[in-house]
Parts: sequence; structure tokens; C-alpha cells
Amino acid sequence: MGALSLSQVTKSFGKTEVIKGVDLEVAEGEFCVFVGPSGCGKSTLLRMIAGLEDVTDGDVSLDGVRINDLAPAKREIAMVFQTYALYPHLTVRDNMGLALKQAGEPRAAIDTAIKRASAMLELDPYLDRRPAELSGGQRQRVAIGRAIVRRPKLFLFDEPLSNLDAALRVATRIEIARLHRELGATMVYVTHDQIEAMTLADKIVVLRAGKVEQVGSPMELYNNPANTFVAGFIGSPQMNFLKAGALGQRGETLGIRPEHLRITPGGAISGSVSHVEKLGGETLVYIKTDPHGLVTLRLFGEHDFAYDAGLSLDIDAPRAFHFDKDGQRLR
Amino acid sequence: MHSARTSPVRSIAAHAILLTYTLIALFPVFVIVINSFKSRKAIFAEPLMPPMPGNWDMVGYKTVLQQGDFFQYFLNSMTVTCASLFFVLLFGAMAAFALSEYRFRGNLLMGLYLALGIMIPIRLGTVAILEMMVAGGLVNTLTALILVYTAQGLPLAVFILSEFMRSVSDDLKNAGRIDGLSEYRIFFTLVLPLVRPAMATVAVFTMIPIWNDLWFPLILAPSEETKTITLGSQVFIGQFVTNWNAVLSALSLAIVPVLVLYLIFSRQLIRGITAGAVK
Repeated sequence: MGALSLSQVTKSFGKTEVIKGVDLEVAEGEFCVFVGPSGCGKSTLLRMIAGLEDVTDGDVSLDGVRINDLAPAKREIAMVFQTYALYPHLTVRDNMGLALKQAGEPRAAIDTAIKRASAMLELDPYLDRRPAELSGGQRQRVAIGRAIVRRPKLFLFDEPLSNLDAALRVATRIEIARLHRELGATMVYVTHDQIEAMTLADKIVVLRAGKVEQVGSPMELYNNPANTFVAGFIGSPQMNFLKAGALGQRGETLGIRPEHLRITPGGAISGSVSHVEKLGGETLVYIKTDPHGLVTLRLFGEHDFAYDAGLSLDIDAPRAFHFDKDGQRLR
Repeated sequence: MHSARTSPVRSIAAHAILLTYTLIALFPVFVIVINSFKSRKAIFAEPLMPPMPGNWDMVGYKTVLQQGDFFQYFLNSMTVTCASLFFVLLFGAMAAFALSEYRFRGNLLMGLYLALGIMIPIRLGTVAILEMMVAGGLVNTLTALILVYTAQGLPLAVFILSEFMRSVSDDLKNAGRIDGLSEYRIFFTLVLPLVRPAMATVAVFTMIPIWNDLWFPLILAPSEETKTITLGSQVFIGQFVTNWNAVLSALSLAIVPVLVLYLIFSRQLIRGITAGAVK
């Protein structure tokens, strides 16, 4: 239950095309994350799957049935929003039960479904409160509960963690991962945060300007990016892009992750320390170089560097990526 | 609410300005009310003196209550004001919702067209309106007044409400759609409660000109059964002699209902602001 398939899906607002022919298969029970910079069309694509935006062209199918023209409520989907979007005039219980009530389910079935969801999310003490009496994290749990109650074929999440503070974000992220394991449901999740994408996804879809740049598991994208955009977007801190010519390497650009650089006296890259960030477990060193610009080096443990001290680096050659002048990967 | 810059001097100055303005605004009302309790002679001799045992006279109120059917006039004014207000708020909010929520060709032009009425006085069309009402057999009915006042109030209502409705969270409306609420349920149960402060503002701005209007009742509904309170008070103003006691008493009485309506809406307005957490 819940295999999603998009084929040649496009969306235009007037003459501007914001989604330019997206093909995608999400298998049953898969956790798929759309990731990309703001304005890349990931939220629009999610809203098209939900039925909140019309599909200009192409097909959206769920379990092999074309759902382009179905109303959102008939698609057997549930959605969790960034701003929680709880009904302010209803209690937590009624917020969670509204969709089933609208669908004409019997009272007893609704109560059972609410009980199950509230037990999963530990919402029992809050069932008779209104959204205004809850904290941000509790509200988002209610919003997730509202989605669970419906037993949808497909869960849609639209940047659900963006309004939470850092600690709560991590806790809720773990909770969503646990729910995915327990429910075994298909989920599509939109975020601009690549860490959320890496930690939650079975499959990541990297979008840029309405086009799919690459689809794959987190480690596929990390270890085998198709182009400089994906290479730069996945992984934190960002991959270093060096001038391949200056290093005597093939291609136009050489990509190397900060953890794959080594301090080597007389190494191929030399420069001076411009900034050091000590995070305890790791140390990030920003090195001003010529002609590569600012290069990030990631070291594990604590290290001390004097500002402006000279430093030579070498690359871990097997871990480097080569890109042509259009940013495409050379294999 | 207290900012760090609030100093006693600043606060006294602000209050002094506001109090002065309040006094200026209330002064005519005050003069009308005190003089309505005085004898005719006392009104002219000392118009600014409050009523005393010597010049106390309720003749104005007696005249008003005996002559003409003032209760009927009140009822007419109330009916016209409340009905017009209801339709202005209902249709204004619905049009504003459509303009702010749905993308369709000509949305912007339609919004401008609806807002145009703010700048063009409806009285310019009086002759045409009268001809229409005659053709429709609506002369001397309250319906005629309600129709005209609804039209008169709509432009401002649409303009103000559509701005407010744009600020209602899209996610909330979309959550409603996914849960299977109809567009009407979304409009009435999710959006309207959140724009209640704006509705109260529009209600106050719409209500007062309708209650005070003399023009359209005089032209469209001057019959005895359909007279409004403002028009009814005019019987005491003659070409040669004016019964000031009666005029002032009628006006004093006319203030009361509109004040009550205002209090109801302003309470709504304050409640709307304090309860207005969107998220």
C-alpha cells in the first residue's frame, strides 16, 4: 500500500515553468526526502502530490491509480505542515479526529484511532487542550498524530521541523524515524536541511530549479555525486572545489571533502590559516589558498593552529571527484 | 507593552493630547444631551449650562414620544442597519476570500474594480437608483435601503478584509482541504474567526454612516411606515419654526442604539486581538 509514481510531471504558473518534467518512483514503505535550496520547487512538488496544486502536465499515481484529478481528501494521504496548521478552535482530540469524522467513520472507530495515535506520540495528557495551550513541540506532535489517525497510504511532510528549536528538532527527527519503522508507511518529506535528509531518508531526491539532479540513497549521493551541485549540497561542511589544472589533475574541477585532506609538509596545496572552529569532537580549519580560494579541512579531535600560520595539504587521491567544466562528473 | 523609553512626561503629554481630542469630539454630543432636558427658553439663554431644577423640562421627550411613531422609526433604523451590516460582512468577506485565496484570470482587475467604489460616492447615482427602485416596485420599502447600503458598504469591506485574509496561514486552509472540509467550512470555521478583529473594524465603519444617513431614506423610503430615526427627527425642523426641544430629544435617543452596537463590536474587536494566535 502506498507506492507513489510521478511521470513527466510539470507545473507552470502562467508562463513560468517551476517543475520541469519530474520522473520518480517511491516504493511502498520507503522514506523519500526531497531536498534542495529554497525556490527549487520541492514544496510545490509535494503540494502537487497532495492535490493542493494542479498538475499542469504528466501523471501522479498512487498504487497504480492516477490521482491527478482527485480532491486532496480523496487521495488517502495525510500531510504535516511547517506551521503545524492545527485548527485553533478544536481540542487536540477533535483536531486529530476531524478527518475521520468528515469521512463519516463511526464514533467508536474514531476514538480507537485517536487512542492509538496519542499512545504512540504520548499525547494522552493533552487530548482535551486547545492548540494555544501547547508548546511548539507538542503542537507538531499533534500535527503528526492528526496524520497518523487517518491511516493514509502516503504521509507528506512539508519542512515539519523548521519551526522547532535545535534540541527539539533532533528529538522530533528521531521520533519521525521511529514512526516510520513502526508504521511501515510510505513517506515523502521535504526539507532544505541536508542533515535531516541524510539521517531520515531511504531515498534522497536532490532538486534544483524544478529539475531532479540526482536520486539515490544518502550514501550513494555522498560517495557518488553526479555533479558539483549534488556534491556541494550533500555533506557538511561543504565539499572543497579545487582547480584541477593547478593540481595537474584531469577535468576542470576537483572535488574533495574536508575530511579527505591531509596535512603534509610540501603538499600540493599550500596556504595560510584564516579561521579555526573547534567543535570538541572535531576541528574545522579554513585555509586561504591560491588559486583555490578558501579550503576547509576537517580534523578529528582538538587541534591548535596559529592564525596566518602556513600550512600544506595533500589530497586523498582515491576519494577525489573529477568534474568537467559544466559541473558534470567525469568517471 | 511598556517600552523602555516611556517617561512620565511623555505619557502625560500623550494623554493630554488624547483627552483634548476626546473633549472636542464629545462636546457637540454633550451639548445635545444636556439641552434636550431643558426648557426652550433655557436652551437659547444659556446653551452651555447643564440642566438645573429651575430650567428642567422634559417637554422634548414628551413631544417625541407622543408625536409620530418613534418606536417604529427606531425599529426601521435598527432593521436597516443590522440587515445591511449582515450582508456587507457576509458578501464582503466572501468576495475578499475569493480574491485572496484563488488564482484566476483577472483577479487583480476584479479587486481594483471592487475597490473603486471607495472613491466614487454612491450618491452620484441617486437618480438612477431611484429609477431602478421605482421599476422594481421597491420605493418606500426597507429592502430598497438595505440594498443601497449593502452596495455602499461593500467596497471598503472587500478592500480591508482581503488584506487581512491574505495573512491567514495557507497551511491551515490546506490542512482543512486534506481533512475533507468544504471550501465553505474552511471559510466559515477556519478563516472567519481569525479575521474577527478586521470584521469588527469593518462593522463599525459601515454601521455609522448607515445609521446617520438622511439622503436615501428621504428619497427612497419617506413613507410613515418606513421612516428611519434620522428622517423621523426632521419633522420637528420646520422652514420657519423649529421645535428644538423635540429635535434634541430625538437626537439624544438616536445615539443610544448605535452606541450599544458599537460597544458590542468593540468588545469583539478586543477579544479578537487577545485571542488571535494563528499558530
